[in-house]
Amino acid sequence: MKKGLLKFFKRIEPNKGTFIHTLYDGFFTFAFTPDETTKGGVHIRDGMDLKRLMVHVVLALQLAYLFGTYNIGHQHFLALGEHTGFLEAFHLKVFYGLVQLLPIWIVTHVVGLGIEFYYAYKKGHGIEEGFLVSGALIPLIMPPDIPLWILALSVAFAVWIGKEAFGGTGMNVLNIALLSRVFIFFAYPTDISGDEVWVAGLSAMESGAAASYDWFHLSVLNPLFDSFGWSLYDVKSTVVDGYTGATPLSLAFQGGWDNVTQVYTESQMWWGTIPGSIGETSKPLILIGALFMVVTGVADGRIMLAGVFGTAVMALLLNAWGATAFMEVPWYYQFYMGSFWFAIVFMATDPVTATSTAMGKWIYGFLIGFIGIIIRVMNPAYPEGWMLAILFMNVFAPLIDHYVLKSNMNRRLKRAKAVA
Amino acid sequence: MALRTLKKARLFFTKKLSIFAVIFRTVFSRSRTKPAGIRQAKFGMRNGLTKVTLLLLLLGSSNLAHAQNGSSSSNYLIYILLALAVLVFFALVVQVSDNLLNIEAKQIGAEKPGGSFSLFPDWSELIPSNLPEYVNGQLPVFALKKGYNISLEGEASSEKVEEARAKTYAVQPPNFVGLKPIPKLLVEEGDEVKAGDPLFFDKNMPDVKFCAPVSGEVIAINRGAKRAITEVVILADKTQKFREYESFDLEESSRQELVSYLLESGVWSMIRQRPFNVVPDPEEAPRDIFITTFDTAPLAPDLNLIVEGRGEDFQKGLDVLNKLTEGAVHLSLDARKDEAPSAIFTEAGNVKKYWFKGKHPAGNAGVQIHHIKPIGPGDKVWVLGVQEVITLGALFQQGKFVTERVVALTGSELKEPKYVRTHLGANLSDLLQDNLANDHVRIISGDVLSGDAKKEDSFLNFFDDQVTVIEEGDDFEMFGWLIPSSLRPTISRTFPNFLLPGDIKFKVDTNTHGEKRAFVVTHDYEKVLPMDIHTQQLMKAILINDFEQMEGLGIQELSEEDVAICEFVCTSKQPLQQILRQGLDTMREQG
Repeated sequence: MKKGLLKFFKRIEPNKGTFIHTLYDGFFTFAFTPDETTKGGVHIRDGMDLKRLMVHVVLALQLAYLFGTYNIGHQHFLALGEHTGFLEAFHLKVFYGLVQLLPIWIVTHVVGLGIEFYYAYKKGHGIEEGFLVSGALIPLIMPPDIPLWILALSVAFAVWIGKEAFGGTGMNVLNIALLSRVFIFFAYPTDISGDEVWVAGLSAMESGAAASYDWFHLSVLNPLFDSFGWSLYDVKSTVVDGYTGATPLSLAFQGGWDNVTQVYTESQMWWGTIPGSIGETSKPLILIGALFMVVTGVADGRIMLAGVFGTAVMALLLNAWGATAFMEVPWYYQFYMGSFWFAIVFMATDPVTATSTAMGKWIYGFLIGFIGIIIRVMNPAYPEGWMLAILFMNVFAPLIDHYVLKSNMNRRLKRAKAVA
Repeated sequence: MALRTLKKARLFFTKKLSIFAVIFRTVFSRSRTKPAGIRQAKFGMRNGLTKVTLLLLLLGSSNLAHAQNGSSSSNYLIYILLALAVLVFFALVVQVSDNLLNIEAKQIGAEKPGGSFSLFPDWSELIPSNLPEYVNGQLPVFALKKGYNISLEGEASSEKVEEARAKTYAVQPPNFVGLKPIPKLLVEEGDEVKAGDPLFFDKNMPDVKFCAPVSGEVIAINRGAKRAITEVVILADKTQKFREYESFDLEESSRQELVSYLLESGVWSMIRQRPFNVVPDPEEAPRDIFITTFDTAPLAPDLNLIVEGRGEDFQKGLDVLNKLTEGAVHLSLDARKDEAPSAIFTEAGNVKKYWFKGKHPAGNAGVQIHHIKPIGPGDKVWVLGVQEVITLGALFQQGKFVTERVVALTGSELKEPKYVRTHLGANLSDLLQDNLANDHVRIISGDVLSGDAKKEDSFLNFFDDQVTVIEEGDDFEMFGWLIPSSLRPTISRTFPNFLLPGDIKFKVDTNTHGEKRAFVVTHDYEKVLPMDIHTQQLMKAILINDFEQMEGLGIQELSEEDVAICEFVCTSKQPLQQILRQGLDTMREQG
């Protein structure tokens, strides 16, 4: 089979130096590791390469994808007050989530990979696999109701300005996925502010507003489900009385922990059956991903540990200060809300934008936790801080490294003096 | 008056502090009171980390205790601040006494390689390391934690050493770093030479003669690109004729006389000078001389076997080296195996000995120098291999230029991996005759990490005592990056290699297993290089030609063989040895 496939690939190989060839090469190296051998230097190489590394991060994200998809549907029906049990109307929720998520995923990849491929062709190198991970991360940090054109713009901005302008994979200063998110945050604040974006498919976020379904739900999925005799999407459903769709963080911002627990239970927040960005709500599944990455060694556990520690320290200090209701939220409950785990596990550990020294990683992780909580609690406009904290520390990572290297140099100088 | 009070106060504090010091010492490090206990390789960085973690843990626990009382009150802020203040004070006291202890140790001259006089224990000191019995505590021990052993198929059988006569031998100028491409030849094609007759010299260092390893006829002078001389080939005589040397009185002569004797005899070219790994300048005396008695590289020959029966020559070589340096001759011993290394090594006199235990590259001279006495700015040290020391010793012991070499023929593509006795620069096709299992192979003079790829009819490199033959890997592998079709050595835990039995041997080929990319992964090199060096940052500094950074980050401590293991593990498939050489060359040119 390998020989046949190889032959087929060789037969369809387009002319070198064309855009099509760059594309072809990308897919060919995906299917086959090249026949390159070592020249000069070492004669044997470790089996690990960047493709394998990246795909392991993507694998670690899969649980978040599965849960995220289902949760889009689940939150939608919770808002309507129908099928409120988690596993009720499973098919409706799964398909609702898929219809919402797939376009986001496709737009992200078409835009991102398109730019990536174009630059690979322009600069005459092979397609690099950096966007494998960015492209998997971006859909998970978007609100489920994100307009697709905004998403496309943000991905283009992130890949173009954030990565290609700096020289491509491995050269970027800022985390690509977060850059796309922060672009939306600053460029379209009105489109994604408020509580409405976190639940998909409602015409408005008020009691009595109708659910909105499009032709795909009504004329493709409904007849299909009908033929099995399953329950259907109901255009006449409306948002239940008293539903606000507020996220735990905005509740906490308004009235502290008591305010949060009136709407959500602790276990709901922990397991993730709450509104939020697509992939970040379920803490245990993210932690499984974290464990997977640390065990396989594709992400640095130092940053995660230091991040947890930094968050705890700052949350404790804020507890001690206690000026607002949000500050008084017990420090350990800060870990229940918002996207801390997703950010510290998948965003902060990006090896390109994080610090590159071991000592630097402790400092970097700690400061992300430390600053993230400050922004979350004290920022009056938007009660979440990880995106900004990580981007901020991305910028400072080279500085931290500089001082770690300086200390190494000083140690060497001191030693030379001591010997002399 | 004021001065006196100050002095008094200082005295008082010092006393107080020393109490802390004593308490700490007894609590933390009882083993340290033994004069020559197990001393681990010590990194200042890790030590600093220990301090910070201890401190932060304490801080965290105190905060936790308060916060869990439930109700929030700004009183806690004061408690926390108080606790912090106490902790900071305590940390300061400990830190100051730690520094005082170190200063004291330095003043009484108790500080030496492998010693630790800090209050804070290294992690490794708290965990007892299992050293073999023959390491009896008389000598300093370095147990290196980092590194990676690549165990490959095709280890040479150590049962016997076969005689292998090659027809031709060659000295190859490119084997010596820093030589001009066209050295000045002293022989022509057709000349008869004896073993030890000079063949050529470098125009920059005319005193250093490069000599014939065997007697015979010069049959070819091969040239490469730009007419650079690549090989001076000698067709060997059936019976060796040796050049006659005047006998040399080691006791009575000065260092200068000894140096010119070595230069003329050709042994000088067997010494390598760090930094830069070049032929040493005859004008300069080395700070120290380092000899490693074991090789940890993949399939490397067992030097105990090589030294067998050559004890007197080896010891003589050490004695001569001692006359060449103001410092010491340092000999590193292998503490990895269950049985003790050869008595020739362990009983060697006139040297300082150290035990080293660890994975590859623990056997590299560069790594050992880093732990024994690192190369600082301006330092020059010499490195010699065991066989080179034997040649040096034989010159004085027997009055002949004996270039006999025991070479390990290894690798999975050999029918019979074995040890052979031959001479320096032997022809590879003669050595490998009828032994290749397959003709699609790569023949490497040296090991798979830092050796040179050779054509079949070329010659063993000057400093190599190993030939490795592995399969060429120029084949496509379907989804090789995702589902590898064969087992392969790796440090990555994304491969289920940890499920394999510990003694598994891999069959490797030369495939790169991926394409070259920009540096992405950080901290992989540091996992395998047991030196306090930020390798990746150093490589980046070399690429942008930042001298200050290169020097500061310790480029002078490295040579290609040390970073070879980093190059092997590199996820981005970067050519680290080549980058390092580029950096070393620019450093050398800039002086």
